[in-house]
Amino acid sequence: MGAFLETLIGGLMAGMLYSLIALGFVLIFKASGVFNFAQGAMVLFAALAMARFAQWVPQVIGVQDKLLANAIAFVGALALMIVLAWLIERLVLGRLVNQEGITLLMATLGITYFLDGFGQTLFGSDIYKLDVGMPKDPLFMFQNVFQGGILVSKEDLYAAVIAAALVAVLSLFFQKTATGRALRAVADDHQAAQSIGIPLSRIWVIVWSVAGFVALVAGIIWGSKLGVQFSLGLVALKALPVVILGGLTSVPGAIIGGLIIGVGEKLSEVYVGPMFGGGIEIWFAYVLALLFLLVRPQGLFGEKIIDRV
Amino acid sequence: MLYRENGQFKTSYRADQQIFPIVQDRIAIALLLVVAAVVIPWTAPEYLFRAILIPFLILSLAALGLNILVGYCGQISLGTGAFMAVGAYAAYNFTVRIQGMPLIVALLLGGVCATAIGVLFGIPSLRIKGLYLAVATLAAQFFTDWAFLRIKWFTNDSLSGSVNVGGLQVFGWPIDTPVQKYLFCLAFVVVFALLAKNLVRGHLGREWMAIRDMDVAAEVIGIRPVYAKLTAFAVSSFIVGVAGGLWGFVHLGSWEPAAFSIDRSFQLLFMVIIGGLGSVMGSFFGAAFIVVVPIFLDQALPALGSMVGLHIDTATVSHIVFMIFGTLIVFFLIVEPHGMARLWSTGKEKLRLWPFPH
Repeated sequence: MGAFLETLIGGLMAGMLYSLIALGFVLIFKASGVFNFAQGAMVLFAALAMARFAQWVPQVIGVQDKLLANAIAFVGALALMIVLAWLIERLVLGRLVNQEGITLLMATLGITYFLDGFGQTLFGSDIYKLDVGMPKDPLFMFQNVFQGGILVSKEDLYAAVIAAALVAVLSLFFQKTATGRALRAVADDHQAAQSIGIPLSRIWVIVWSVAGFVALVAGIIWGSKLGVQFSLGLVALKALPVVILGGLTSVPGAIIGGLIIGVGEKLSEVYVGPMFGGGIEIWFAYVLALLFLLVRPQGLFGEKIIDRV
Repeated sequence: MLYRENGQFKTSYRADQQIFPIVQDRIAIALLLVVAAVVIPWTAPEYLFRAILIPFLILSLAALGLNILVGYCGQISLGTGAFMAVGAYAAYNFTVRIQGMPLIVALLLGGVCATAIGVLFGIPSLRIKGLYLAVATLAAQFFTDWAFLRIKWFTNDSLSGSVNVGGLQVFGWPIDTPVQKYLFCLAFVVVFALLAKNLVRGHLGREWMAIRDMDVAAEVIGIRPVYAKLTAFAVSSFIVGVAGGLWGFVHLGSWEPAAFSIDRSFQLLFMVIIGGLGSVMGSFFGAAFIVVVPIFLDQALPALGSMVGLHIDTATVSHIVFMIFGTLIVFFLIVEPHGMARLWSTGKEKLRLWPFPH
């Protein structure tokens, strides 16, 4: 029972991180109808920027306080992501208005490649440590319930709290602010939103900036856990099934989908994996999403797509 | 001045519907084939075969297969690498397990296996499309990556899924030197290109294009979407599977699943986009471009860098190649969605009218 719960909690934590990346997908898809394949590259780019800035700030400006240096690096990386969002809107999306979804998808594939190359040319391609003061020591819980208790990494707990806070802030932003309302209007209907005077291009910049911000947070959490390296970008491929499962247009869907995938992955790896020779983590999420697509193409919480195929 | 079609009158439907209706085109293609089959094997250095010509031929075959699916039928696939892997490993199994299996038959049977897997993963396309389908094909990619790494039966119990083949021969001729390998691949490519060209201009190709352009309208005029989509998946993955077999057997000789990873899928998709969606010719342009550009930059960038006093190492070059490919993808999607093939035909049109603008 203890081992089962440990796997379950491990899965939930991993799922939380998938959710964070999936959130970026959903935000952009809702607001601009673009399936942003580049979200993973954005995570990598943001994490690289953060890691390098945190290294450079003490050297160049001479700020020795670690918290302050990290804060400056965070602001710098965020500014970089906003510039990136603006450039993407200006150079890519603005010129592909009214194109089919598939063309936009391929364009984001191009952005992915560009960002992968650009980030590594600019910031170097080694593995960087990212230390934002997340505690590394493990935590034993329920020691009085089970023999030996359950091992939970404190880092994961912090990450989960941060992710939950991020989701709360984002939903407040979407529900309560004027910009959030404008974003939802654009998501509902581009033309109608434009005709009542909502500037589409600015909305897109905002949405990509928010996605950049989410990518930065996800990148910091993943990066402090695993180190900032190229494989971070591949984590985003794990987030694709999450959005399919949860529904492309639903923020809660991204969260719950992420949790399901995270838990399912870990549990299946431990309990079903040995039957197939192990390593089924790689495709489990995808096959789950594939089966889901056959039964319920809009996902758990997505809007029903009325579309003849 | 030379490129004119004046005076070339067609007196039969047959003559009107041939692949290259203009005499000059036929001459050019014949010349190209002669150069490819006779002149190059005599003159080109060995490095050229290994690094450029053989990869170019095989990858353009794979790109051709993918183009049928993406360019002609409009069904996006990010799992091309998977179908290549199925072709390669299936052909390997046929050679290892059946004594005296001829090479060509093994490769074609590998293609047949890839067809089966392609149709299987194409079934979701009957219910979903666009980006959802992209995810479904990604599932194929990850699943085969895993299967060939972990299921020992497929790889004849070899470690980490790496297998090797040797002593290739066709009708008693060995396929050993780069020139022989090149000619072998060339034969495959020519045959399959001809087949594909005829398929896409026949009724099947027209069905695919109708589905691509507007599926509802296609259904209304009596095209069965199920049949059209699944045949596109079948034909596409057959060609891709054969290309995978060639890649493994002829180009690599020994390989492991990583040779057919998701990067390969993206690379092929890029070839199709840059070369031209929905064009047989475009597949060749795209493959040539994507094979040659990294090699060219590998040589040129360090030289350029040293001229301005910068040291550029190979890792940086590979990152710059990434950047350039990414930029080009976006550039082509914005400026010329039909890729280099369209540039080529625009150029031909200009040449026909030259020196008058109209």
